Amino acid sequence: MLTRFLLLGLDKRAGVLLTVLAVLAVAVPVMALAVPPDSPFHLPMHSVSLLGKYLSFALLALALDLVWGYCGILSLGHAAFFTLGGYAMGMYLMRQIGPRGVYGHPELPDFMVFLNWKELPWYWQGFDQFWFAALMVLAVPGLLAFAFGWFAFRSRVTGVYLSIITQAMTFALLLAFFRNDMGFGGNNGLTDFKEILGYDIQAPATRVGLFVATVAALAAGYMVASSLVASKLGKVLVAVRDAESRVRFLGYSVERYKLFVWTLSACMAGVAGALYVPQVGIINPSEFAPAASIEAVIWVAVGGRGTLAGAVLGAVLVNYGKTYFTAALPELWLFALGGLFVLVTLFLPKGILGLAADRFRKREPAAAVPAAASKGA
Amino acid sequence: MSAENTLLYVDGVSVSFDGFRALNSLSLIIGPGEMRAIIGPNGAGKTTMMDVITGKTRPNTGTILFEGGTDLTRMDEAAIANLGIGRKFQRPTVFENHTVWDNLELALKNPRKTWSALAYGMNPKDRARIEEILDITRLSPRRERLAGSLSHGEKQWLEIGMLLAQDPKLLLVDEPVAGMTDAETEQTAHLLKTIAGTRSVIVVEHDMVFVRELGVKVTVLHEGSVLAEGSLDSVSANRQVIDVYLGR
Ligand SMILES: Nc1ncnc2c1ncn2[C@@H]1O[C@H](COP(=O)(O)OP(=O)(O)O)[C@@H](O)[C@H]1O
Ligand SMILES: [Mg+2]
Repeated sequence: MLTRFLLLGLDKRAGVLLTVLAVLAVAVPVMALAVPPDSPFHLPMHSVSLLGKYLSFALLALALDLVWGYCGILSLGHAAFFTLGGYAMGMYLMRQIGPRGVYGHPELPDFMVFLNWKELPWYWQGFDQFWFAALMVLAVPGLLAFAFGWFAFRSRVTGVYLSIITQAMTFALLLAFFRNDMGFGGNNGLTDFKEILGYDIQAPATRVGLFVATVAALAAGYMVASSLVASKLGKVLVAVRDAESRVRFLGYSVERYKLFVWTLSACMAGVAGALYVPQVGIINPSEFAPAASIEAVIWVAVGGRGTLAGAVLGAVLVNYGKTYFTAALPELWLFALGGLFVLVTLFLPKGILGLAADRFRKREPAAAVPAAASKGA
Repeated sequence: MSAENTLLYVDGVSVSFDGFRALNSLSLIIGPGEMRAIIGPNGAGKTTMMDVITGKTRPNTGTILFEGGTDLTRMDEAAIANLGIGRKFQRPTVFENHTVWDNLELALKNPRKTWSALAYGMNPKDRARIEEILDITRLSPRRERLAGSLSHGEKQWLEIGMLLAQDPKLLLVDEPVAGMTDAETEQTAHLLKTIAGTRSVIVVEHDMVFVRELGVKVTVLHEGSVLAEGSLDSVSANRQVIDVYLGR
């Protein structure tokens, strides 16, 4: 059954994207580790981590597109799930520091020593184990999303109101995590990581390994998402997006479908956050900022809402632009981002991929509805 | 009145919107296999009646029983639909970004749980059933078109086809021929009679030619309650009915 399910998602676009990812997974390690530094093909280490960061954002965009593009739930709080996953990973990395912190305490992270705490709070227990942290990367965002969705969807909160409460959720988390007595390092967050799974986190091979892990996670996330949207469940989601009440009168419990995809999406975002943190070396509450979630929406809109590959493309392109702009013209970045959003909304409602698909269709009028070809016969 | 041997039993149902009584102690009984036409001027409460039966609107007072025992006033839309009550809206609502085929696949009577949908694979039985419905609704050549690209009449038929796919015991059809040409109207009347079969059907319609074509018992609604009931000829002769509706 699982194989059949995954085969559903293997269309042409998936083929292209997976090929690109496979090439990256081979080329980047070779260019970073094997090619000598004086060669023009050498990839400096900071570029590897930068690429890894883009791809973890791409996974977040994919998660967001699943709920927004396919089910019509415009989340303005998805960065919250991403950041919670990041914190779970950050807590693991903090526990790996052991006695190597500035204060040299055998167990407590520096910020706790600084706060005069005597022992580890209960919710930090277990995070010295990677498997436990990995579980929490999924469970914490997943459970929060489940609880949030349970109340929101059952009370039939939709549209703008739902978007506003997702924004309120991430804002509440922002305020909470800023507080020192929450035990997550306050506004400094978690940083100064040393090791992951026993490997030096600064070592080139580790950083390349983290990059490859991100590529693999993105590929897996893409396969899951693309199989999901091709399944009957995916068709129900699109139907909910376009005519929610009609779906109810067909006997589908809309709440349950929303809750399922919402929770799954939060888990994916959590994984993205967990891959992001070791590559950028820090996680702090600013990642909960409402603007972070809005940026993610812009990535998806630019790439093409409702096209999974578009979400990936949008995240990478916009973040590449951000890196470029914030170095060259830092004060202009926010205007550029806002302007981009307005332009895309007005002139490219289906995003870059939507435009490309329209062009393609015009050239080949015979293949009017390619997606439907396999279903009838 | 007794709910025994009825498919749908509506008794003393009232609905108010901000003090305005859209339904006023409405009572109605539909037997198993019966087809009933409901007529009445605009604002008589016909659509609201369908809303309370299908769980979209909660009645303020009154009883609605399905198959003599199940209380519909406590259930949500999905649960009521799963009992076997299907509904066609006044404005055709199909899933515009899905193909005709996929619209029918979604409507097809199959388990509605999330996991069932995830694990679902098209099988020969379902395929045959969809083919059959495509034939009945004359949409076979359109199967791979997006529903959004269909003409108004074709959307109406697709929606009727989706009802068929749902295989309900009771079908509620709201103004199926509004905006249709005469030829389409006649086809639709024929289509409805074909699919009625052993099911019960409630059809709301303004179009008298269409109601005559159906040739079934007629209930006249006015200001949220039943004004008259009987054959089309007998209600047409009713003084009150002429005053509020037909005379205008
Ligand atoms: N949700 C609502 N809120 C307020 N008034 C409503 C609502 N739904 C229907 N009504 C009113 O109830 C009356 C009956 O409407 P409706 O059932 O749509 O009539 P019909 O379908 O017979 O034309 C109308 O006067 C309408 O304005
Ligand atoms: Mg009406």
